[in-house]
Amino acid sequence: MPRSAWIAFASLTSLCVALVAVGCGKPATTEGSTPSEPAKGGAATAAASPSTEKASIQAKGSDTLLQVAQALAEAYKKVEPNVDVAVTGGGSGTGFKAILDGTADIADASRKINNAETASAKERGLDLVENLVGYDGIAVIVNKDNPVEKLAIDELGAIFTAETTDWAVFGGKGKVVLLSRDTSSGTHEYFKEHVLNKGDSKGPRDFAASAIMEPSNDQIRTQVAATAGAIGYIGLGYVDDSVKIVPVVGKDDKPVAASVAAVKDGTYPISRPLFMYTNRDASPAVAKYIDWIKGPDGQKIVGDQGFVPL
Amino acid sequence: MTRKLRNVWEALMGAAIRLSGVASVVFVVLIMAFLFRDALPVLRGSTLGELLAGREWRPTSAEPRFGFLPLILGSLLVTGVAIALAVPMGVGCAVFIAEVVPKWVRELTKPAVELLAAIPSVVFGFIGLTVLGPWIKSVAGAASSHIAGPEWLKTALDMPTPLAAITGSVVLAFMALPTIVTIAEDALTAVPRSYRDASLAMGATRWQTIRAVTVPAARSGILASVMLGIGRTIGETMTVLMVTGNSPVIPGLANGLFRPVRTMTATIAAEMGETAFRTPHYYALFMLGLCLLLITFAVNTAADLVMNRSKHVERR
Repeated sequence: MPRSAWIAFASLTSLCVALVAVGCGKPATTEGSTPSEPAKGGAATAAASPSTEKASIQAKGSDTLLQVAQALAEAYKKVEPNVDVAVTGGGSGTGFKAILDGTADIADASRKINNAETASAKERGLDLVENLVGYDGIAVIVNKDNPVEKLAIDELGAIFTAETTDWAVFGGKGKVVLLSRDTSSGTHEYFKEHVLNKGDSKGPRDFAASAIMEPSNDQIRTQVAATAGAIGYIGLGYVDDSVKIVPVVGKDDKPVAASVAAVKDGTYPISRPLFMYTNRDASPAVAKYIDWIKGPDGQKIVGDQGFVPL
Repeated sequence: MTRKLRNVWEALMGAAIRLSGVASVVFVVLIMAFLFRDALPVLRGSTLGELLAGREWRPTSAEPRFGFLPLILGSLLVTGVAIALAVPMGVGCAVFIAEVVPKWVRELTKPAVELLAAIPSVVFGFIGLTVLGPWIKSVAGAASSHIAGPEWLKTALDMPTPLAAITGSVVLAFMALPTIVTIAEDALTAVPRSYRDASLAMGATRWQTIRAVTVPAARSGILASVMLGIGRTIGETMTVLMVTGNSPVIPGLANGLFRPVRTMTATIAAEMGETAFRTPHYYALFMLGLCLLLITFAVNTAADLVMNRSKHVERR
């Protein structure tokens, strides 16, 4: 009994010592922060950034940008094999929170930073740089069996605030089933500001409480495809032929269907810029990555994913 | 080992065990303390009445409104129906395993039920989303068009979307089942043989014995299992986030069960990620978490008390 007790005691002690050593040891030369060590504004270790320096970049935020951000990350790996870009979603709001808390280097956003977030950045001494990386249209989608031909911004507002609850008004039948992104989504915020409140960021209208809140563009598309009276809004890059795009009546009273061309020439009324926010003090690897995204190679990928390049 | 070393070892072990015991209490106290600390500031902006009885949950509106009522009712509805479905199935299963089957069958079915508990909640959510939800919608739709009933029932059953409270309830019933079965079965097995023997000796059939003697004797344990099932169900997050539709409406009396609802747990999970530190929304979510904790705590404490009472009864 005593011998095995000694062995147990010794192994437990050495385990504790090992854990303490690992925890207190110097972090490997990674630039950018890891979730367990929220460094303020990205740990800027002074690397001169030739491509041989290992670096890891954490991008977080918009679900709209998720697919294109992942495609960009994969492509960049071929350009700079020593730089690891990790992309997660969660909505634009989550991205802003992460960059403010120091757990992300890049905040993917499908909306501009708002006043509360700007104030928070100021409080923490962070200087956030807004990088425009492309444009996107928000497509309004309905189930394929829905006969609706076009909708005006006012009509969309009435539908999504549940002022109109029946498709009969628009020549269809059945009750309207509303699908929306949840509140962490930049797409949700943009739609609320520009369609429900027609550009007034302090407008009082909000989505109806009866709207089903889904956490991602994909989920909305799946549900709209499966539910007869459903209507929802998703980023243009997520539209496929399982759902029907409803043309939105644009400036000259002409219904315009969401498409890359329509967003590019400004005729589609619900288009918005896409951003990637970074910290001004971020490591050079992050800045290099953003420049690559804005350059011809990155923009080609943005276009391929169904968004509008710069 | 010398006596001195043995004494040191004993003291060390004693201290380690005492530390573990105290630590668990300390953790619970600390968790509650942190929850209170980050929940109470919400009372600067809204009164407790406004929060608990508020009918609108609009945290990101121009004028934010933090009404918990739709969320609390959503949780209660989904949990209530889930338990209503799980208890008859679970207690029946427990009676079956404890009283009816031969020992070798018991050795097979008990692990099978416990396997149900090992399935991750996100897998249940996925099954609910892709298989169970559409099936429930089609069954309800068929019932709506073929049964003869009042108009409100037909409209209620005509589900516009498979994401509804009933879908959540059905999936949660399966998740609560292993908890209920395991604990109820333990309670039934703990009933002394003498009770059964006396009943059978007096001429009662096996079913009469089960119904009138064994189950009532195990009543407290069965009740405890139900309460623990409730505790598990009301705290379930991932599944309800995926299948209930997340729309913060107060469930209608007539059709609330077949329409989307939003639970407290799904709200916290969905919104905590994007809420900036120390904003009213943040505090409101913590207050919601505190409400949830207090409800679960009350249910678990009641279950504990009931279980202890059953132990005392057996001592006779």
